[in-house]
Amino acid sequence: MTDTDDPDVTIDSKDASCPGPLMALIGKVKTLDAGTVVELQTTARNSTTDVPEWLEEAGHELLEIEERDEYWSIYLEVN
Amino acid sequence: MHRVAIVGGGTGGTVLANRLADELRSEIEAGKVEVRLITADPNHVYKPTFLYVPFGKKTVDDAKRPIEELVDRRVTLTIDEVVDVDTDRNRLSLADRTTRLHYDQLVLATGANLEPEAVPGLAEGGHHFYGPDGAERLRDELADFTEGHLVLSVVGVPHMCPAAPVEFPLMVDDWLRERGRREDVEITYTYPINRAHGLESVADWATDLFEERDIAVETFFNVDEVDPDAELIQTVEGDELEYDLLVAIPPHRGSDLVIDAGLGEDGWVDVDRHTLEATEAEDVYAIGDVADVPTSKAGSVAHYEAGAVADRIASRARGETPTATYDGKTVCFLEAGMDEATFIEFTYGEEPYVREPSKPIHWAKLGYNESYWLTARGLL
Repeated sequence: MTDTDDPDVTIDSKDASCPGPLMALIGKVKTLDAGTVVELQTTARNSTTDVPEWLEEAGHELLEIEERDEYWSIYLEVN
Repeated sequence: MHRVAIVGGGTGGTVLANRLADELRSEIEAGKVEVRLITADPNHVYKPTFLYVPFGKKTVDDAKRPIEELVDRRVTLTIDEVVDVDTDRNRLSLADRTTRLHYDQLVLATGANLEPEAVPGLAEGGHHFYGPDGAERLRDELADFTEGHLVLSVVGVPHMCPAAPVEFPLMVDDWLRERGRREDVEITYTYPINRAHGLESVADWATDLFEERDIAVETFFNVDEVDPDAELIQTVEGDELEYDLLVAIPPHRGSDLVIDAGLGEDGWVDVDRHTLEATEAEDVYAIGDVADVPTSKAGSVAHYEAGAVADRIASRARGETPTATYDGKTVCFLEAGMDEATFIEFTYGEEPYVREPSKPIHWAKLGYNESYWLTARGLL
């Protein structure tokens, strides 16, 4: 089982428009310990570019972006 | 008797109560329907007024009027605090915890609350213009601020009036120029994501104007901590920024009432974005800032939502099937200085078009501020 099969925290930001998903992620990440694996669920296409950019800026690790039927799952690890 | 209870006397609750009093006039007069508005504050507050207070253009008294002067006489007005919502039994508890009110349809319009203490040092180190006390303190601070670094930092998103953070630096730039102080004041604007505003068209518009007016922009700037003694902001991204005067858009939170009632984890009510019906309970709607819908927390949103919900509630009170829906309509004025403004208008998923700022739009905005009380009465 990989980290992304069983994330520690799932943030459901489906239906929130930009920058809602990124802001939800930032708010949550501030409260998490290093090593925590997070799944951000989003229907906003911009999130698939905005979130990786922020992760790089803030020093967290992007693990995977998975396109599902009606939303994207963005997996990351808090550093 | 079909009982409609509305909790919250801001724009959403007041407009809704007045619309219902009009739509259900005959049913109320016949004793078949009751429309009750419950609000803890005996005053109705028009919050956009506070943006003008730091510049001495308005006072905090200009922002409020007794709510009993604004609601239709057919509305039963209760000045009290609702402390519990029991959606299984369709009833509300008031502050004395012994008074309970039954409802057939409930609307939560409890707004958003400021939470500067969510960020260490922010309450001590920062100013804001999102409430009466903050706006007055900022007015006094600004009056004496002759030189140094003024930082406008958007700390919390979502927040009330997403236009205001962009408006403030443009207004203060103009205001300082008028007083011959602009050359001695450096202005920086910060925003949490990778552009200057959540709406791309507003971000593009503001970025150009900020550059033209020598206002620095920092993006991907998420405030982690403020050190009031060192006058220093530290960010989640590991950056630091020194300030002499910090004007912050503080974090906001929804309502504990919502969390306790199981209607939304973060204090914002989970609703269907078109019908505004709560997803976690029957017979419950939410409008205004407390409703978790993908558009701005703005007065215009509360106003248009109130129109749709009034129609839905009136239909149900008459035993009809409700058909009215809210399409996400939002209208925001944007001040671009002390004497020019623009406005934007959009619905769900639409990117607004930002018009060239002009003096007539600024005067239209000031005119709207004066006529707002007609909006609250449900007339405009």
